Amino acid sequence: MKLSYYPGCGLNGSSKELDISIRAISGPLGIDIVEVPDWNCCGGTSAHSTGHFLSFALPARNVVNAETSGCDEFTAPCPACYVRHFLAQKDFNENPKMRQHFETALGKKFEDSDIKIKNLIEVFIDKIDASIVKKPLKGLKVVNYYGCALVKPPKTFSFFDDPENPQSLEKIMSTLGAESIEWPYKTECCGASLCFTNQDAVWKAGRDILQMAKDSGAQAIVVACTMCQMNLDMRQSQINKKYKTNFNIPVMYFTQLMGLAMGIPAEKLGFDKLYVDAKPLLQSLNLI
Amino acid sequence: MKEINVTQTLEKNKDFLQRLREESGQDPGQCFQCMKCTGGCPVQFTMDYPPSQIMRMLQDGLVDEVLNSFTIHTCATCATCTTRCPRDIDIAKLMDTLRVIAHHKGIVGKGKNMHVFHSTFMNSIKNHGRLYEVGLALGLNLGTGNLMQDTDLGLPMFLKGKLSLLPHNVKGTGEIKKLYDYAKKIGE
Repeated sequence: MKLSYYPGCGLNGSSKELDISIRAISGPLGIDIVEVPDWNCCGGTSAHSTGHFLSFALPARNVVNAETSGCDEFTAPCPACYVRHFLAQKDFNENPKMRQHFETALGKKFEDSDIKIKNLIEVFIDKIDASIVKKPLKGLKVVNYYGCALVKPPKTFSFFDDPENPQSLEKIMSTLGAESIEWPYKTECCGASLCFTNQDAVWKAGRDILQMAKDSGAQAIVVACTMCQMNLDMRQSQINKKYKTNFNIPVMYFTQLMGLAMGIPAEKLGFDKLYVDAKPLLQSLNLI
Repeated sequence: MKEINVTQTLEKNKDFLQRLREESGQDPGQCFQCMKCTGGCPVQFTMDYPPSQIMRMLQDGLVDEVLNSFTIHTCATCATCTTRCPRDIDIAKLMDTLRVIAHHKGIVGKGKNMHVFHSTFMNSIKNHGRLYEVGLALGLNLGTGNLMQDTDLGLPMFLKGKLSLLPHNVKGTGEIKKLYDYAKKIGE
């Protein structure tokens, strides 16, 4: 299966381990990654906070470029990017005024877009069954943290999972042989891009989430969102400094754990890119 | 406590409230103050007015206060409010639209950090087509005056190969420029 792949600015830089692990597991699962031709930034929070047109047009350019690549499915692994592309395609097909603005600006006409825009969990959930697991993640106790953008608001995105108590990561972890602990902060917001503009909000949200994970008895947090991962992993040292805590909780992508369970060596899954080292935990469980 | 004449504030801001309804597709008048939005909001503790109060202020036509509030800028668009609203109001979309309108009116209010961040971010895309993180960090810290913000993360990021010192330009910078020029032309 050919998959149109939009790494976005994050996976090109600060979330490299997600890009590395997606590419590592895709081949063995029969997914052929095709990067969106000449993709641009989706505009993120800044575009939709400052105007209606660019927040549509920037991701729309990626969607029309993806249509030229001969793929039936498209994914933007960063949930914030995913949301922007999902909405842009919807407007492109259903909002003639916006479409007209876009076509006038670029001086070109485009066909309707029918590439299926999926989030990262949707891409992999149907590809995982016991047959891919070579090395079960036995003994690993995790909490799954979805954050908000993947699952909310459900009416806009017709999501595949429950907005308050999603289960898809639990299903994936169970297949991989890890133990998921039920906890109440699955879909709490980490503060996302407020990490640049209102750090107090992000540090407190991060502290609360890390504390709840620890109190729940988790050895690690499993994530599917780049903003969540950075705010909990990269900023864990800042949180410890601010609140005089001593959290040392690895925050790993589900794709990295899929890779491990599939028997792919840890060095090919970007574990060295995490700020809180996951290796001591994985070594203690004989998983690497 | 300040007294307000709701008849007057609503009359004065009739056009604005109409524009807000049209641009957001949402009607704040539907809110019946159950406060589920405020109860579930993860960043409410940093806001000057909780989300449910913003809804009530819009019902009363207190537009200037809303546009100058910190709340509209610090909303993280997590949409927990939208997900739980029993009146089906997309509150996150309303907050977004309020931010956009404030931006178009040139009202920075209490959102100086956000204003600097968004402007620097959008300029980076305008110039390169993709985000140039080093440029964004420099622009943000210089613009807000928080010169030391996140300087502790720069070296670890660089050592992990996550920080590119130079920007990456897309091939289609001409197309990006056309989109930006058009946005300006239609008053965005």
